[in-house]
Amino acid sequence: MINHYLPSNILHIDLSNNKFWIEKRQDLFEKYIGGTGIAIQLLQENCPKGCDPFSPENPIVFAVGPLTGLFPLASKTVAMFKSPHTGNLGESHCGGRSAVAIRMAGYGAIVIRGISNNPTYLAIHGSKVHFRDASTIWGMESIFTVGRIIRENEPGSGLRTIMRIGSAGERLVSYACVTTETYRHFGRLGLGAVFGSKKLKAVVVSGKRSLKIKDSKHYQNLYDEVYNSAVNSPVMQKYHDLGTAENILPLNELGGLPTRNLQTARFENASKISGEVLAQEYLGRRLACSHCPIGCIHIAALREPYGDERYFYKTSMICYDYEPMYALGTMLGISEPEGFLKLMDQVEKRGLDSMSTGVVLAWATEALEKGIITEKETKGIKLRWGDYKIYIEAVKLIVDKSDGFYNALAHGVEYAASKYGGKEFALSFMGNEMPGYHTGPGAHVGVFIGARHSHLDNAGYSIDQKILVNRKHTPDELVENLLKEEYWRQILSSLAVCFFARGVYIADIVLKTLQTVGYDLTENNLHKIGEEIHREKYKFKIREGFNFDDFHIPNRIFDTPTPIGEFDRDFVLNAVKIIKKKMS
Amino acid sequence: MRLAVVDTERCIGCQSCMFACSRRQQEGGLARSCLGVKSIGGMERGFMVIVCRACDNPPCAKTCPTSALTPREGGGVKVDITKCIGCGRCKDACIIGAVFWNDEINKPMICIHCGYCVKFCPHGVLKLEKTREVKH
Repeated sequence: MINHYLPSNILHIDLSNNKFWIEKRQDLFEKYIGGTGIAIQLLQENCPKGCDPFSPENPIVFAVGPLTGLFPLASKTVAMFKSPHTGNLGESHCGGRSAVAIRMAGYGAIVIRGISNNPTYLAIHGSKVHFRDASTIWGMESIFTVGRIIRENEPGSGLRTIMRIGSAGERLVSYACVTTETYRHFGRLGLGAVFGSKKLKAVVVSGKRSLKIKDSKHYQNLYDEVYNSAVNSPVMQKYHDLGTAENILPLNELGGLPTRNLQTARFENASKISGEVLAQEYLGRRLACSHCPIGCIHIAALREPYGDERYFYKTSMICYDYEPMYALGTMLGISEPEGFLKLMDQVEKRGLDSMSTGVVLAWATEALEKGIITEKETKGIKLRWGDYKIYIEAVKLIVDKSDGFYNALAHGVEYAASKYGGKEFALSFMGNEMPGYHTGPGAHVGVFIGARHSHLDNAGYSIDQKILVNRKHTPDELVENLLKEEYWRQILSSLAVCFFARGVYIADIVLKTLQTVGYDLTENNLHKIGEEIHREKYKFKIREGFNFDDFHIPNRIFDTPTPIGEFDRDFVLNAVKIIKKKMS
Repeated sequence: MRLAVVDTERCIGCQSCMFACSRRQQEGGLARSCLGVKSIGGMERGFMVIVCRACDNPPCAKTCPTSALTPREGGGVKVDITKCIGCGRCKDACIIGAVFWNDEINKPMICIHCGYCVKFCPHGVLKLEKTREVKH
């Protein structure tokens, strides 16, 4: 293969010894494309078996793909690490300027290991790597301020990513996130806590390079085809118009919108916090990731008076999407958009994963309601559906890990329920808090068997809505459908393109775009590579003690009816048995 | 013809224009890009879109010691890269920062007002106009 089209340089950074070096790994890109495909290999190579997620040995891997910087919508960076939240495979994807910046700095991947003596932030400007003292910004209350300071302190404006953690990451809350460009996140599975354990406050990456292509005329034409298909696609238009927030009303209508800790799947006030209301009343700006013409990022402008002085206001710009609206909105019974936005702002400020935070708070509210815990545990905080002010206080206490109970909440809902009870309504699957879909067995089984226990692994919610509404699946059929999608998504996340562009990057386009950077593959090859990458991820999970036979299923998912009727524990167990057989 | 910014508030920061400029010059990536999009101190404030204004009496050309930059009819400059010694004076002379620098070849990158980027602006931020619309 002609190899100088591939981003074969891997930047290794050792925080313990302030050292860095470059390794050429063309082999990985040739075999596994990029993104997820190479990240799992780098994780297996660099993460010793059984290592503590907070030990110096746990590596943080960032990987981009061969289309990054060349084609539109190749805008994602894949992070891999051992998750402190589940104790197993951690994989999280993020856009912003991260992917383009890494490629433009000259790298296909960055591997960070070790633990710094002092708080540090890394500034990677092309071939230069600086270990900057971050003592001054460590312990700062707001992640927004941290972003502003680093922005002022570093070059590369417009060409850089600033990945940073908030106080949640510093304090090792196991579902702390890493935030980039204020509004995008490596949200799930606790990458922020891994940063915190390494005393790594932030990573800045910038660069501006040229990328070679095989045939520039052909490249331009193919680019136009991909670009036009993206900007003219009705599906992509949906992401630009209302954004993912559009989902609130249809899911509610369907009866698949988890509400008040999934005690019901319809929210009587859904119309008050719908995507439509947020757009009409609050939408202040839309943004895009680098090299994505769509711009799905929706920012609300919230104007509020200070109250202590006349005519004294502040305007906060707060990002919203479907998943945070579910987790910090309907799941907590919040029906005021302002309440949701203020809670969201607090969660952002501290650097927490909004999804896990919402599910944790929902469990705690129900536990208090049921008397499983009392105000003694909550330190007098009266958690109550819809009371966003109380939830804001609770978020602060979780980040502070202020005592035994909040410390338990800072480890996730499964851990908290194991200490206090209430497991039947602790909504986590394989240790990760549930996403916002109660559409049927597809959604739940999909998250159980998905390699990173995310709704985006295999989009089970979509199988519920497109297929299962019409006819039932056996566990075999369902697993087969889920796996088929999950295999294909390994290709998309190895490219690494945004999953929202899955309708643009169909097999034919994937093959053609890969040809421009020297790959000669068939559709069959792609499917095989996707399957192999998925298997490699499971190999790592099993190596790290992933157990198919001993896991928690919250009864709640069977008790609350789904839009397509009931399914039971045996259905889930059978599905897991099937995947176990396939992966063993 | 001259490239103009219609309204920066419409910009979503996708930088498709910057990639288009490199592509017009038969490359991927951003090294050759002759325009820039960056946030105004944080994404929440929106973006500045930096393009050559095609000055009538361009300061970048006036300061060029080797006449690599010469005024172009209708405004802006032409670059004769063979004459350029990479001194960077043109870059310093442009107070809006529209002389971009290609570190790989150590030469300035200056817009030729071809309008290729306009085709790839999904939200009507950029346009190609015939004559300068001077607003008093």
